[in-house]
Amino acid sequence: MADAEAIAVQSVWRGGEHPYSIGSKKLGMWLFIISDALTFSALLMAYTYVRLSTPDWPKPFIFNPSIIFSTIMTVCLLSSSLTMVMAVHSMNHGNRGATVKWILATMVFGLGFVGLHLTEWLKLIYTEHVTIFSNEWGVPLFGGTFFALTGLHMTHVIIGVIYLGIIAFAVGRGKFKYEDVEVSGLYWHFVDLVWMFIFPLVYLMSARI
Amino acid sequence: MITAIAPPRENYLTHEYGIKSWLLTQDHKRIALLYLGAISFFFFLGGIFATIIRLELLTPPGDLVSSQTYNKLFSLHGIIMIFLFMIPSIPATLGNFLVPMMIGCKDLAFPKINLLSWYIFMAGGALILYAMLRGGVDTGWTFYVPFSTSYANTYVILTAVGIFIAGFSSILTGLNFIVTIHRMRAPGLTWFRLPLFIWSMYATSVIQVLGTPVIAVTLLLVAVERGFHIGIFDPALGGDPVLFQHLFWFYSHPAVYIMVLPGMGVISELVSVYSRKRVFGYKFVAFSSVAIAVLGFLVWGHHMFVSSQSVYASLIFSFLSFMVAVPSAIKVFNWTATLYKGSISYDTPMLYAFGFIGLFTIGGLTGTFLATLGFDVHVTDTYFVVAHFHYIMVGGTMMAYLGGLHYWWPKITGRMYHEGWAKLSALVVFLGFNLTFFPQFIMGYLGMPRRYHAYPPEFQVYHVLSTAGASVLAVGYLIPAIYFIWAMRYGQPAPDNPWGATGLEWQTSSPPPPENFEITPVVTQEAYDYSILEEMTVG
Repeated sequence: MADAEAIAVQSVWRGGEHPYSIGSKKLGMWLFIISDALTFSALLMAYTYVRLSTPDWPKPFIFNPSIIFSTIMTVCLLSSSLTMVMAVHSMNHGNRGATVKWILATMVFGLGFVGLHLTEWLKLIYTEHVTIFSNEWGVPLFGGTFFALTGLHMTHVIIGVIYLGIIAFAVGRGKFKYEDVEVSGLYWHFVDLVWMFIFPLVYLMSARI
Repeated sequence: MITAIAPPRENYLTHEYGIKSWLLTQDHKRIALLYLGAISFFFFLGGIFATIIRLELLTPPGDLVSSQTYNKLFSLHGIIMIFLFMIPSIPATLGNFLVPMMIGCKDLAFPKINLLSWYIFMAGGALILYAMLRGGVDTGWTFYVPFSTSYANTYVILTAVGIFIAGFSSILTGLNFIVTIHRMRAPGLTWFRLPLFIWSMYATSVIQVLGTPVIAVTLLLVAVERGFHIGIFDPALGGDPVLFQHLFWFYSHPAVYIMVLPGMGVISELVSVYSRKRVFGYKFVAFSSVAIAVLGFLVWGHHMFVSSQSVYASLIFSFLSFMVAVPSAIKVFNWTATLYKGSISYDTPMLYAFGFIGLFTIGGLTGTFLATLGFDVHVTDTYFVVAHFHYIMVGGTMMAYLGGLHYWWPKITGRMYHEGWAKLSALVVFLGFNLTFFPQFIMGYLGMPRRYHAYPPEFQVYHVLSTAGASVLAVGYLIPAIYFIWAMRYGQPAPDNPWGATGLEWQTSSPPPPENFEITPVVTQEAYDYSILEEMTVG
């Protein structure tokens, strides 16, 4: 009886052995991601809704250079996901030095994405005269939706870079465990995934063909 | 009378003193009390607005307040009651206090985030109060565009940003509860041994995590549209006002279940303990909470039957709205079946539970009236709708909240309230509530529109009845406020388990020690196993 109870204590302690036996931080991050996904869903839904109800929505992005440029941004961001996978992999093998290097590489790609993105924004604002209130291609709302969606995403990237910086700093000084790196990876991949919705909906569907 | 047998055990109320020990506490029990103080204040504030509204409606002409003031009154009543009282009511007070205790752990998974969410809630509340003092808001709690974005001449942005901020508190609390329920259960406490209150809190938390970001985005869009006129809800600039209603109700319909599911969880606890029986069909009651959470996200269109929604969309939303009645009815039938052949005692919490079951049934059934396309067109924007949702919110959630507060009061404060006064107030609340809101069904059906300041004289008799009821109801709410405060200091010291209940929260002392349990409890049987308890006391 006492043995059976001890086994019960071991196996069922902290919420059973399966399928939910993941760490609190990881579960918390997953829930945050789900919640944040709903934030983006709401905005993308609103964007889709107004686009569908507006027949003459502008399609200003010509293939060369706009779409090529945004594709380069996409490649940059996707590469950062690969380096993040390598960072998590290294941490799993206990190699803190390699983890820090891979995280720094991820941050470089992330900052590269932000830099390219801001270049594009400045070109749109100063050369093409797009503001959140108006643009030269017709429906005034185009600018508002474009800057809102890409701006919210860019904010997430910048927060991600800061977050990864803290993780890299702590890992380099011998603090934090594997789970902390993995959790930051979850966030980073989520931010990438969101871009994979924004890129087709905002850029490719507004391409001038 | 008070016999000092043993030196008082150290408990969470006495192990630290001073304002700092409260404002910087990470103890879920103390945070629950911080919430209790805040939402009680907001409840009485919202109640004052309701009182002025009912006084104004005593006579057909608009003579007590101006139309503009009246619009502000019902807007603030709705905003404060929904966002600052109902949504945090049971989850943030009883839930915060009970979730860790019911699952046998020391605290929530993220105690610092729990404290942070209280501060975020207070910041949002303070902003709404500031907007109110500056002159308030007159859009109704629904913030419908284009009125809120283009025409209203009140503090819409401040209020919307206040709700936006308070929303994050709701998300963080939900996130905290889900992680806690997954990760921190005591040894042996499997999913199907959990108290049903935990199941309902879990379902509520899922809605909070999924739904709240959408209302946050929506209200931010309203604020931005109002501030800069970007055009998201303006057809002239490429937007669409109906989009607002989709976004708003995508959250605000599930928000109804954020408000009522915790109440259902409380009722499951009360019905079981005062019938001395396991809840009939435990698994059905547990899964009906989850079903309500899922279905709740699929019915928002029933708020838009008259908003130029496609008739096919309306048909589907109507059908899905009827579907929500199924899990709700499962709960009501199973509570009733639990009573059957139970050993029922009529303590105060049980009186509130009876009140809940009856009033929620009326509120729920009139909900199916409103889900019916033809009938809904007739009563849209009338007092029928007002009566319906007050039967759910006040007749349902508020009854459950008061019932739960009475039931767990000995555990929370370590003192008993006065049973005679408590029974009287339960009766007064029940009678006052019905007198207030039942006439509203009738006048709504006869065509009295909601949100009107002046009205034709033929409706006066119903309004007089309603106002009379509201006065009775106000007394019913004031009595508990007095005897609860009295009991905190002068009440009889409460035993650890005054109701002879089975839950883990009753296995520790009243009030509980700071770490909840001196020894981590081990659970070896299902919830509500009263047969074992009876055997132990008899033999």
